[in-house]
Amino acid sequence: MLVKRLFSILVLTFLLSPLCVNASGDSSAQSEPNVKTEIKEYIGHHLQDSYDFTIWHEYGIGFPLPIILVDEGFHLFMSSKFHHGEAVAESNGKYYKIFHGKIYRTDAEGTIEMDEATHHPSNVKPLDFSITKNVFSIILISILIFWLFRNFAKSYQHSMIPNKKGRLLEPLVVFIRDDIAIPNIGKKSYGQYMPYLLTVFFFIWFLNLAGMTPLGIGVTNNIAVTFGLALITFIITQFTAKKSYWAHIFWMPGVPTPMKVILAPIELLGVFVKPFALMIRLYANMTAGHVVIMSIIGLLYVFNNWFATGAFLGLTLFLSVLELLVAFLQAYIFTMLTALYFGAAAAEHDDHH
Amino acid sequence: MEIPGIVGAGLIVIGAGLGIGKIGGSAMEAIARQPEAANKIQTAMLIAAALIEGIGFAALFAS
Amino acid sequence: MEKLLNDFSVGLFFWQMIVFLVLLFLLKKYAWTAILVSVKAREDKIKEGLEAADKAKEMMRQMKEDNEELLAKARLEREGIIKAAREAKDKMISDAKLKASEEADKVIKSAQEAIKAEKNAAMNEIKTHVAELSISIAEKILKKELAADGKQNELIEAAMNESKLN
Repeated sequence: MLVKRLFSILVLTFLLSPLCVNASGDSSAQSEPNVKTEIKEYIGHHLQDSYDFTIWHEYGIGFPLPIILVDEGFHLFMSSKFHHGEAVAESNGKYYKIFHGKIYRTDAEGTIEMDEATHHPSNVKPLDFSITKNVFSIILISILIFWLFRNFAKSYQHSMIPNKKGRLLEPLVVFIRDDIAIPNIGKKSYGQYMPYLLTVFFFIWFLNLAGMTPLGIGVTNNIAVTFGLALITFIITQFTAKKSYWAHIFWMPGVPTPMKVILAPIELLGVFVKPFALMIRLYANMTAGHVVIMSIIGLLYVFNNWFATGAFLGLTLFLSVLELLVAFLQAYIFTMLTALYFGAAAAEHDDHH
Repeated sequence: MEIPGIVGAGLIVIGAGLGIGKIGGSAMEAIARQPEAANKIQTAMLIAAALIEGIGFAALFAS
Repeated sequence: MEKLLNDFSVGLFFWQMIVFLVLLFLLKKYAWTAILVSVKAREDKIKEGLEAADKAKEMMRQMKEDNEELLAKARLEREGIIKAAREAKDKMISDAKLKASEEADKVIKSAQEAIKAEKNAAMNEIKTHVAELSISIAEKILKKELAADGKQNELIEAAMNESKLN
């Protein structure tokens, strides 16, 4: 009962989340004449990482996060020093300013010199290890995941049947084992990959879902995050690969010799293309989902009449439900393809394809 | 006249869309014919669609 | 592509990797192993239970079959016994009947023989009686006839004549 109620609250939150974003964009939309540019900027801003944890931009609801810079020394200060990017922050005798969402080293006045050729600032970019909004969200969600599954795992100590939270999560764990790991990797060696598959699935899924909350934390639509995940998949694939995996890449069995010579570079390229596609797919899907939903909410303000409001709100609702599905589907596909690559690496017999 | 890259990307997206559509359609037919194999068909369909999608995205980002 | 590279945030990548790997390690150590082992254990137990139930069912079935077989056997045996008893009874009765009739025949036969013998004896007795009687009568008659002498010679002469004739 509790789980059911919790679930309905969650669904409601997701469905209403575009409206909340909507409301936050409301006050500024009327004051500015050029609505389209405003919307474009808003979407861009929404997709970008930020140095503060802003919940409601217009009313300044949020809290600052620590900035960590490595620039001829170590710099640690709170992002409140930037005053939401408007002020120049000083740390250990150096001055920094946020320009288009990135930190640059400037002089005391905060001048940004633009490079004419590339249209990028020519200022020095310090190595930025700040706890940004995304990093903060990842940590938060990870703690949530750990707490959930630790609780779930502990509940087995008392009985064979898990607690209520576990009953919701257990089918997913079994689903990953029975429908993703075992068919793709094989009964013999799936065990060693299970922890990674489970972790990556729930990590992506929870972050995707978090991206749909009104908090506006789009973690999985950052290329750095998806690159990290794809990199781990790539490394695990190469390091657990058996002899036949390499044989299939460099000297494909059962093909005529000239074909082997042609296939080798293609297969070798494939080794890198696979995780690359994994990275791009997750990134692009999540980004596209956010952009589409935000754009349709934006259209509400472009047309600005009751008919468009009704129509686009309905469309937003529909797309939000679709995005809920996509959030799961992308986590599933990432895990599935990862398992597929692991399966190719772990295959032992030569006639296996 | 120089053709902008985005046109090529568009072409690839059309191709990818057609491809995924074909996969989806065929999968539906297959499921209708053999509902008991729906799980396996679905998995195969998703993998194939995901692979084509990857190409589509690669094209989009290359443009 | 250029935009992607430009968007790439080293800090985010760094922290993401650290958090993810720590999460992976912690979950592996404190959650996944326990969950997977427990799920597997439960599945095995359910499987075992189902197998045991199947086995018990099979055993029940076997037992029932055995019982039925036994019952059928017993029924057959009973029928055999009853049949044999009936046959024995029938045989006994028929034997007894046969013996009785034989005895009766024997008795009747001996009775008849006895009657016959008695009859014969009686006949013989009567015959001797009659013979004796007739002899005595004949004697008395002869005595009376032959009391005169002439008569005796006459008789001898008659007898002599008769023998001459022969």
